[in-house]
Amino acid sequence: MRKLLFESLFRRPFTEQAPSSDDTAVAELATAVGRAARRRLGRSLSIREVDAGSCNGCELEIHALNSAYYDVERFGLRFVASPRHADVLMVTGPVTKNMREALERTYHATPNPKWVIAVGDCARDGGCFAGSYAVVGGVSEVIPVDLHISGCPPAPTAMLRGLLALLERVDAGAVVP
Amino acid sequence: MPSLIDRILEGREIQQRRPWPRAVVGAHLWKFVANELAQGRLSLLGLWGEPSTVHMAIMDEDTAEIATVSLDCPGHSYASIGRHHPPALRLERAIDDLFGVSAEGLPDTRPWLDHNCWGVRFPLGDRIDALSKPVPYRFLPVEGDGLHQIAVGPVHAGIIEPGHFRFTANGETVVRLEERLGYTHKGVEGLMTGASLERAVQLAGRVSGDSTVAYAYAFSRAAEAALELVVPDRAVWLRALLAELERLANHLGDIGAICNDASFTLMHAHCSVLRESVLRAANAAFGHRLMRDIIVPGGVTHDLSDEGKDIIQAALDNIRLRFPALVELYDNTASLQDRTVNTGVLKPALANQYAAGGYIGRASGRAFDARRAFAYPPYDCLRFEVPVLSEGDVNARVWIRVREVEQSLSLIDQILDRLPEGPSATPAGHRRAAREGMAIVEGFRGDVLVWLRLREGRVERCHLRDPSWFQWPLLEAVIEDNIVADFPLCNKSFNCSYSGHDL
Repeated sequence: MRKLLFESLFRRPFTEQAPSSDDTAVAELATAVGRAARRRLGRSLSIREVDAGSCNGCELEIHALNSAYYDVERFGLRFVASPRHADVLMVTGPVTKNMREALERTYHATPNPKWVIAVGDCARDGGCFAGSYAVVGGVSEVIPVDLHISGCPPAPTAMLRGLLALLERVDAGAVVP
Repeated sequence: MPSLIDRILEGREIQQRRPWPRAVVGAHLWKFVANELAQGRLSLLGLWGEPSTVHMAIMDEDTAEIATVSLDCPGHSYASIGRHHPPALRLERAIDDLFGVSAEGLPDTRPWLDHNCWGVRFPLGDRIDALSKPVPYRFLPVEGDGLHQIAVGPVHAGIIEPGHFRFTANGETVVRLEERLGYTHKGVEGLMTGASLERAVQLAGRVSGDSTVAYAYAFSRAAEAALELVVPDRAVWLRALLAELERLANHLGDIGAICNDASFTLMHAHCSVLRESVLRAANAAFGHRLMRDIIVPGGVTHDLSDEGKDIIQAALDNIRLRFPALVELYDNTASLQDRTVNTGVLKPALANQYAAGGYIGRASGRAFDARRAFAYPPYDCLRFEVPVLSEGDVNARVWIRVREVEQSLSLIDQILDRLPEGPSATPAGHRRAAREGMAIVEGFRGDVLVWLRLREGRVERCHLRDPSWFQWPLLEAVIEDNIVADFPLCNKSFNCSYSGHDL
């Protein structure tokens, strides 16, 4: 273990690897999210993830946000365990009828001011599951949504971009908390 | 001597043979099969319904022979298999929920997928109005001094899928766990009915996102079996490449995540980096990080360029360089081993009874791997080992994954080395008459089964069975007598799919 930790001290962080065009985009986005988040909420923005019926693809990519490549925590963006600790709900999936009540209750358990990001094509309008007897549809059919991030699933960079867009809208006063 | 499967099918009219036989049987033979399952001479691979029929896929583990037996049930009931063979219990509850076809003598008649929220009962059967007054779900009773219950979910604390766990604990020790699933039920099999092949394979790839390749692979193979379609060699090999990349990414993620649940974040951080490198290579080579919508009936939609090949090779070289140090770290960290060794032990007898697939079965002595058992191409031409352990604890499930990472690296090398030239797809076309097909593909989590019937280019009925159906119930068994704090470890080492199960 010591050897691994020691190596990490001297190795350049993964987030600053020689940039291809993609990596530059990540770095730019990351800096911008950092500035905007600080302006609005001091140094922290707590996010609660709610799977309202997804295929788990979006969850995989949200997990990736926490990896060393994207490392959202360095900006104070943190995933929390309870809606009671959250400023933002990131909701995935077409909302299934079996999850509708749980989503509503999670939303009501989140203190104001709060924002909702619907992550993925299914969260927008039910995606390819729309029309099923077991599916309500998009997240906005159940709770108010401030922002949609499309993709199936959206790449981690798209999600960072989405967080930035939300913060800018909040700053501009376009969203009434 | 004729095999058991031969004896069951003897004298029956075979409805299909693509690639395994299916025959309609009477009530007597149905019960005979139930008994053979209960005696452990056959394994249950799947049990699914139609409005007035039930189908059961069975396997003789010794010979890897498979058959499907079908029972007509015009009276909307059939003799329960679950009564004799518990692995069928939840499948029978699900058939009742979806089709209104009930299992006579089923010991547990509570609904499973139907939470009385759909506004309709038996959505794939007679579609009658939902109950006007919801019936509360009764959890199994637990009695004794000093017991308390902990209710968890459906919204969990981590970034995971929804489901409900009801723990009964005595102090720190779990005396019973009862799962309640179905929250992510999206009605996929309902959407499949009448879908074109293009839409159906897209749906199949969204049954469980972490196994999107495995599902598209299994669906496509089933459709090709039904249509007797020959897939170009290059596509056959590219599919295996995609499947191994998916396995590699998931295993790397899991190994780190299991250690993370023991609060050993260093492993998690390093494994996440390796996982990300696989996803980036996949994105560069195939245009999608999870390789979604690449496999379709007839071939693959995205060919691999020489550049893509080099990118994958580079990602592999990097993993080969870094992974051994992580394995050593896992093996040499006593505080971590203290959490994983002897935790959540799954006894081999249970693994066999449930025909548990994937790392769960293989960590408990069940040496089944669909790639080896059925040797579907190109795995018949590839060298690989199927690692098996018998301890059945969290540690064993970690080691199976470690060994499978090594095997996948070797498989990808072989595939890249021998990838045939030529076209990567052939048009699927369609046939007028009804055609059936079935396929079993080894996903990272275990064997994914797809059975379908096509007519005039559309899906008439398609059933997709996730390996989790036979793994979730075992999680209830392994947590017994473990402490509550070890549940995340046990759960992550199983890593069952909610969406794949709830469908």
